[in-house]
Amino acid sequence: MSDHPLLTLNQVSKSFGPVNVIRKVSVNVHAGAVQVLLGENGAGKSTLIKMMAGVYQPDGGEILIDGKAVSLPNTRAAEEHGIATIHQELNLVNSMSVAENVMLGRTPKKFGMVDRKALRRQARAALDLIGLDVDVETPVGELGIARQQLVEIAKALSINARILILDEPTAALTRHETESLFKVVADLRRKGVGMLFISHHLDEIAEIGDSVTVLRDGEFVAEVPASTSEDELVRLMVGRSIDDQFPRRSAESEGPAEILAVEHLTSKGKFEDISFTLRAGEVLGISGLVGAGRTELIRAIAGADRYDSGSVKVRGKALPKGSVQAAIRAGLGHVPEDRKGQGLVLDASVNENLGYATLASSARLGLADFSGQRSRAEAVANTLRIRMHSIDQPVGSLSGGNQQKAVFGRWIIAASTVLLLDEPTRGVDVGAKVEIYELMNAITEAGGAIVMVSSELPEVLGMSDRILVLRDGRLAGEFSSADATQDKVMTLAARDVNEEH
Amino acid sequence: MSAATLQAKRRSFDVKKFLANNGALVGLVVLCIALFIATPDFLTGRNLLNIGIQVSTVAVLAFGMTFVIVAGGIDLSVGSVAALSAMVSGWFFVSAGLPGWLALLGGLAAGLLAGVINGLASAYGKLPSFIATLAMLSIARGLTLVISDGRPIKTSPEVSFLGGNLGPVPMPIVILLIAALVASFLLNRTVVGRSMYAVGGNAEAARLSGLPVKRIIVIVFGLAGLFAALAGLLLAGRLDSAQPQAATGYELDAIAAVVIGGASLAGGLGRISGTFVGALVLVVIRNGLNLLNVTSFWQQVVIGVVIALAVGIDVLRRKTRSS
Ligand SMILES: Nc1ncnc2c1ncn2[C@@H]1O[C@H](COP(=O)(O)OP(=O)(O)OP(=O)(O)O)[C@@H](O)[C@H]1O
Ligand SMILES: [Mg+2]
Repeated sequence: MSDHPLLTLNQVSKSFGPVNVIRKVSVNVHAGAVQVLLGENGAGKSTLIKMMAGVYQPDGGEILIDGKAVSLPNTRAAEEHGIATIHQELNLVNSMSVAENVMLGRTPKKFGMVDRKALRRQARAALDLIGLDVDVETPVGELGIARQQLVEIAKALSINARILILDEPTAALTRHETESLFKVVADLRRKGVGMLFISHHLDEIAEIGDSVTVLRDGEFVAEVPASTSEDELVRLMVGRSIDDQFPRRSAESEGPAEILAVEHLTSKGKFEDISFTLRAGEVLGISGLVGAGRTELIRAIAGADRYDSGSVKVRGKALPKGSVQAAIRAGLGHVPEDRKGQGLVLDASVNENLGYATLASSARLGLADFSGQRSRAEAVANTLRIRMHSIDQPVGSLSGGNQQKAVFGRWIIAASTVLLLDEPTRGVDVGAKVEIYELMNAITEAGGAIVMVSSELPEVLGMSDRILVLRDGRLAGEFSSADATQDKVMTLAARDVNEEH
Repeated sequence: MSAATLQAKRRSFDVKKFLANNGALVGLVVLCIALFIATPDFLTGRNLLNIGIQVSTVAVLAFGMTFVIVAGGIDLSVGSVAALSAMVSGWFFVSAGLPGWLALLGGLAAGLLAGVINGLASAYGKLPSFIATLAMLSIARGLTLVISDGRPIKTSPEVSFLGGNLGPVPMPIVILLIAALVASFLLNRTVVGRSMYAVGGNAEAARLSGLPVKRIIVIVFGLAGLFAALAGLLLAGRLDSAQPQAATGYELDAIAAVVIGGASLAGGLGRISGTFVGALVLVVIRNGLNLLNVTSFWQQVVIGVVIALAVGIDVLRRKTRSS
C-alpha cells in the first residue's frame, strides 16, 4: 500500500458565473478512514464532492487519486476510478422498480437480454446490507423519501467502490436506519474503503468520523479530529457558539383553545383510526419508524391526499377531504417531506417559489402583486437567512438546506396558523435549525400551533410539548415532553418491529 | 463574497449567456442579413408586409401554444380548431343569418369551447394532453367538414375586415401585435399566467402550494382554443371565406415556433417574445426559400433541420444551466 491518500482535492476552486462557491479548498480521503465535511448550508460541501464525482470540474487546483493528478470530466470517469457517490438530492427513476434503480447502468444481462433473476438477486443483496425490507419490484416512486434514500445508498454500496462519498445520507433517516448504515460504514472502513461523509447531525460525527474538514463560505477553515466537542465544531462552522440547540418556549397559557381536531382518521393500508387534538400554542411531535404512516397522516390532514373515513376539523369546522386549497384557507400550511419532488418548482426563482401559496390571495383583479411579493419574499429570505446571490435565481441552484428554508418560508408569508411540518429541518444546518425553531416559537406564541413529523428524535424531544408515537399506521402511545426520553419513544415505536425480527 | 465584487462582475456583459438566452433572435438577425445579401426582393415593403401577414396566423396560434407548453402540455388540435372556428363563424353568418359581429364572436366561442373540452379531458379525464388533443384534432376537422359539406363558406364583413387593411397597414399585423401584448400580459402579470409556470415546472409542488392546478389546465387549453379561433378568423378574413382544409398542419408550425423561441417541452419555461421570434424565424425562412426559388419539398426539409437545431440548442442550454 502506498502512503498517498486515496483521493486528494488540492487547492480547488469553483465558481458559477460571477459567484465563487469554492475557493482554494483541500481535502484528503484516506483508505480505511471516514473524512467528514462540515459547514453551514451553502458552505460549498455538495459542490466540493461533485468535483470528486465528476459532476463539476474545478476551475482551479487539482484532483489526485493515489497521488497522481487525474481529470474527471464526467461521472463515468469518476466511477472508473472506483468513486461511488450518494448525492444529497435523490437521483432515482420513479417509474422504475427498486431493483432496476439499484442496478441502473449495471443491469445484469444474459444473451443480450436483462437477466431478471440475477437483477433481483443482486438488488436484494444490496438492500439487505442496509436492512431495507421492501419488494424489489415496487416502483421507486411509491416509496417514501427515507426508503428512496436507502435505495440510493444500496445502489452506491453495490458498486464495490474504493472511495465512497455520502452527502447527507442520514438526513431523511430515523435512528434505526442510520444505525444500519453506520454498521455498513464500519465494515467498509475495515475493508479499507475511503469515505467522505457529510451530515448536519453533529452527534454522528464522533460516532463514525475520523477527521473533520470544516468549510465556511467556500473556504477551508480547519481540519480537526472527529472527537472534537460539538460546541467547538459549531463554533468553527458558524463562527459563533450556539447556546441552546432546542430553544423551545412553551406558549400554552391562555386556556386550551382547540385549534385542530383529527377524529378517527383512516386511510386503508396507510393509517387507521387516528384521533388527536392540537391546542393553540402547542407543538405536537409525531414520532415513529419509517413506514409507520406519519407522512401519509400529515398529507391527509393537509388535504394532499384523500382518506377513507374520519374527519379533520380546524377551529371546529370540518375540512373537505383532499382539498389543499380549503386547508390553506383554514390556515394550514404543509411542508412536505420531499422538497425537490413536492415542495419546489426548481426552475422557478426563489421569489416565485416563496409566493405560490399567496399568489392568488395577494392578487388584485387577477393581477399578481409583484412588488408586494418581492418585498415579502425578501423579508422572509432575510429572516430565514436563505443564502443566495439573488432572489431571482432558480431555487434549484440553492444548496439543499437553503431550498428547505424556501419551502418553509412560503407558509411564513402565507401567515399560516397551523403548520404541518414533515421533516422541517431535513438537511438544515445547526444555526439555521435554531432559526427555524425560533420561528416555530413565534408562531405558537402568536396563538398558532404546529404538528411536526421528524425522524430526528432529539428534535422531536427538544421542540415538542407532546409526542405521539405511530407504529404500523396506528397510534401506539403518547408522551408529554416531560416524560419522554429517546429510549421510551424508540421502544414504543419499534416494539413490533423488534418482535418480528 | 462582498456585494461589491458581485455587482462589478454582474455588470460585465456575459456574451455566452446572452447567446444562450437569445439564440433565436440572433438567428433571426443573421437570417435577415443573409437574405438581404442574397436577394434584392427580400427587403422590399411589399415583401415585409407579406411576411407580417403570414406570421400573424402562425404567431397567434403559437401564442396559444405557448400557454400550453409552459404549463407542461401540448396541443395538437390548434390547426383544426382554427378551421372549425372560422367555419362555425361562416355558418352562423350564412346559414343561421346572425349579424356579422355576432358570427365573429360565435367563431371565437367555438374555439374557446373546443379548447375547454381539451382542458377538461386532460385535467379531469386524466388523459395525456397529447392524446386528448389528438382526438380533438380529428373531431374538429371532421366537424368542419360536416358543417361545410366540404365547401368553403363566405365570411361576414366583420371577419373579412380582420383580413383587410387599416390604412396602409394590414389588419392581421395589427391584430398580431394586440394578441402578442395580451398574451404576454396574461402570462407575465396575471395569477393564472404565473401559475402556468408553476404547473409546468412541478405540478405536484404547485398543487401542494394550493394552486388550483386542474382549473389552470382548463384555462390554459381554453386560451389555446381562443387564440386558435382568432388565427382561424384571420386566415378566413384574408380569403373572405372559411376553407374546410384551412390551417392543416399548422399545429406543427406553432409548436416549432414555441420551441425555437426557447420554451422547453418539459414545461415551466417559455416567453411570448421568444415565441414571436420563433414564428418570425419560421416564416422568414419560408419566405426566403420562396424568393430563392427553392421548392416546397426542400423547404420542409430545411424547416425540419431548423427545428432540430433549436431543440438541440435547448438541450445544451439546459445542460450548461444545470451545471
Ligand atoms: N448550479 C449552481 N448555480 C449557481 N449557484 C450554485 C449552483 N450550485 C450551487 N450554487 C451555490 O453554491 C453555494 C454552495 O452550495 P452547496 O450545494 O455546495 O452547499 P452545501 O454546503 O452542500 O449546503 P447544504 O448543507 O445546504 O447542502 C450555494 O450558495 C449555492 O447557492
Ligand atoms: Mg449540500
